[in-house]
Amino acid sequence: MTSIIIITITAIVVLYLGLYKAQKALLPVSILGLLASGATAFMAWGSELSYFNDMIVFNNYAIAFTILLVVTTILIFLLSRDYFEHISSNVAEYYAILLFALAGGVVMVSFQNLSMLFIGIEILSVSMYIMAGIKRRNIASNEAALKYFLLGAFSTGFLLFGIALVYGATGSFNIDQIAAHASENPLLFNVGLTLMLIAMAFKVGVAPLHFWTPDVYQGTPTLVTTFMSTVVKTAGFAAFLRLFTVAFGASSHVWMVTVSVMVVLTLFIGNVTAAFQSNQKRLLAYSSISHAGYMLIAILALGGASANSILIYSIAYSIASVAAFGVMILVKQQRGSDDITAFNGLAKNNPALALIMTIAMCSLAGIPLTAGFFGKFFIFGTAISAHYTWLVAIAVLMAAVGIYYYFKVIIAMYLRKGEEGNIIQVSTHYQFVLAFCALVTILLGVLPGLITNLL
Amino acid sequence: MTQPGLLTVFLILLPLVASLTLSLVKGEQVKKLALVFSLAELAIGLFAWSKFDAADARAQFLYDTNWVASLGIHFAVGMDGISMLLVLLTVVLVPLIILSSFKNEFKKPNALYALILFMQAGLIGVFTSLDAFLFYVSWEAALIPIYFICAIWGGEDRIRITFKFFVYTIFGSLFMLLGIIYLYFMTPDHSFSLLSFYQVSLSPTAQSWLFWCFFLAFAIKMPIFPFHTWQPDTYTTAPTAGTMLLSGIMLKMGIYGVMRWLLPVLPMGVLEWGNTAMILSVIGIVYASIIAFTQKDTKRLIAYSSIAHVGLISAGVFALNVQGMQGAMIQMVSHGINVVGLFFVIEIIYQRTKTRETFNLGGIANEAPVLATCFMIIMLGAVALPLTNGFIGEFMLLNGVFNYNILLSAIAGLTIIFGAVYMLRMYQKVMLGEVNNVTAGFTDLFASEKAVLFIICALVIVIGVYPKPILSVSEVAVNNLLEVIKLRMQ
Repeated sequence: MTSIIIITITAIVVLYLGLYKAQKALLPVSILGLLASGATAFMAWGSELSYFNDMIVFNNYAIAFTILLVVTTILIFLLSRDYFEHISSNVAEYYAILLFALAGGVVMVSFQNLSMLFIGIEILSVSMYIMAGIKRRNIASNEAALKYFLLGAFSTGFLLFGIALVYGATGSFNIDQIAAHASENPLLFNVGLTLMLIAMAFKVGVAPLHFWTPDVYQGTPTLVTTFMSTVVKTAGFAAFLRLFTVAFGASSHVWMVTVSVMVVLTLFIGNVTAAFQSNQKRLLAYSSISHAGYMLIAILALGGASANSILIYSIAYSIASVAAFGVMILVKQQRGSDDITAFNGLAKNNPALALIMTIAMCSLAGIPLTAGFFGKFFIFGTAISAHYTWLVAIAVLMAAVGIYYYFKVIIAMYLRKGEEGNIIQVSTHYQFVLAFCALVTILLGVLPGLITNLL
Repeated sequence: MTQPGLLTVFLILLPLVASLTLSLVKGEQVKKLALVFSLAELAIGLFAWSKFDAADARAQFLYDTNWVASLGIHFAVGMDGISMLLVLLTVVLVPLIILSSFKNEFKKPNALYALILFMQAGLIGVFTSLDAFLFYVSWEAALIPIYFICAIWGGEDRIRITFKFFVYTIFGSLFMLLGIIYLYFMTPDHSFSLLSFYQVSLSPTAQSWLFWCFFLAFAIKMPIFPFHTWQPDTYTTAPTAGTMLLSGIMLKMGIYGVMRWLLPVLPMGVLEWGNTAMILSVIGIVYASIIAFTQKDTKRLIAYSSIAHVGLISAGVFALNVQGMQGAMIQMVSHGINVVGLFFVIEIIYQRTKTRETFNLGGIANEAPVLATCFMIIMLGAVALPLTNGFIGEFMLLNGVFNYNILLSAIAGLTIIFGAVYMLRMYQKVMLGEVNNVTAGFTDLFASEKAVLFIICALVIVIGVYPKPILSVSEVAVNNLLEVIKLRMQ
């Protein structure tokens, strides 16, 4: 709870700093605020505290995801030095809006009451609508924002309607209470549940409700895309899982078939479409759809290990994505393009960057000895123990497709010839973040025991 | 030594450390340094052999420690006779492969040698793992370096060809991963340990599915017809050191996988599908031999002959009798030695004449008698002439297949005739006849080349005349393995 307060205060302070033109102070203040909120969350580890008549419950689940969200945001902020200045003169807005979005994300991972879920999702979404459209004079950005906003508003309607029906069926917004009264009015309850499922599926970008993702990801500034594909997605899945394990766990027969169809579609569309992309940013956008598919498997398998699987997968995915997007930003700045061909010959000019990108791609592809491998390993394990072997077989097939397109980048970097002597200068902030991500990815890939038993 | 298990750990760690060291070293010293590391590894391997008790069927030099405790993943390694022999093969061949590349000029040699040694660590890991998870990780750890070796230092059109190889093999191994996770949940104690896998009893249907999960991975690696399509292109385009690693050692991973992780774990699946695997292997023998006839490119010809040889080895393994298994063991060693020798001879000729096409060459024997003699000896080993190493293996393998099915052994036996024809014909075209303007002035072997080829020729003859030391290493372990399989088939 203290985390949310600190993040919100930091965001307001940052707004005022922007008002008084204290450009230099924006980043340090934001980082300090985030560190403080991460630390307070960490101190509360092991306790289970509820606030405001059970509106929010901070248990280990919420704390673990909060820390992950905060750390990812810190990494993204560190990459933001000089980045936003290139796009706009009102830099404070960026920091403030991203911080508000993060506050929304933390509410989403800790909600106990459906109204808090709704508020969390809305804080996060509205911030993201703004971020998508922040390049006002850019047509792609405008299109992205409009698409995102219209469809997002639509899905919010589904969510609210679903919540209303579930409330009608059970007489409560509290997820424990809902689970207890689930069978009293099945028709109302099931319709409400399905509407909520659709809304959540939209928010995390699961097929067939994924259409907004590629356009929005491509239209927004890359660093914001990084935020969307890591923080927003993680928060979305944490909320999704919490809602479906606690409130709808007992009625899994209602949504199981729908979700398994969604998994298959998401894996297939995400991976196969990504394989045809020649633009790295779009490739990562589609691959993020496919990752949503893998995480959805853990929700479908719904067992004691699901929470752990999603946490591990999110950690691996977020860290690797930050590294991948970070390298991509550098390449784009230097070579003016984020097509895969822009990576040609990177290994010759910048061996360290190429190595980090390779580690990130291997982790996203799920190659052993990287964190991403254990992410997939846990998801597959959870699913097989819940007797979804056929689904894992499809997922394995799609993972092979994934390896195909992730390695396209590696091939471009190491095997194709690029311009000679086009060396990219890397600032210390970037060096720190990228090295940190690469090291964590390898460390968790070799010693996954560090995070396997958190939840 | 207080803890003999550390020996196995050293065998895995030394190449890893060497690989890291080499990646940081710059300059010409890197080749020698790589050789020194691989010789140190050879010394440890030979030391382990001297301490190895061949009368004991169990895994020796055991080392077992928790890796991911919450999942029951162990870092468990050890060697029984089967592992020991393949570890020996690996530690003998890697220094030879490194030495054989001394005359090549590579860009970024430190990266190349670092990758070779990294791959060696992966290979030793595969051959010694007693934990399915560790096995899988080592399996992939051996693949990634060889992919980069072939893709960076390879020949024409290497990007497309090696990528096909990479996607193909990783596709197979992902299914193996699926099988491993499934078996893990079926073990009584939720563990990845080999012994727990031996205790899993599943319905025949489940075993059939799992059989294909594992068999796909192994069959692609070997490769067995019809999963071989990546192989000829990859072997041809890879740098010769890479081709040697692929054909000399890496394809043995597939056969080893069948022996260790497929037959005893899924005996019902083998009852159901072993015959199919057998027939595929035999088809591969004939198919690859016929294609080998028509090859003009010598490297490609040997690539196809390799498919034929490995088909026979796999047929011997699936015959599930002592002759077949023991034949497979010794033939894995012989084939590894011979094929490395053959690819090296091709490389020597290529370096001097810049061609590998048979019709461009001829008369080299007149210019380079030492090379011609060495080539002859190695080739006779490859075509299984009595008193060479190839003979023992092929004889035992055919005997094993004969005990399984007479018709199949008759077809498989064609491999000897076919092999003799296409190999001798190649030898004739390349080495004999008139000297032409391409081969004129062909210089005979340099010192480093002599060293490699003499060692290989010596091995061809010594193993051919006196195979007992090799056979006795794996004999007890193979008998034990067959007993386990028979027991679990009932």
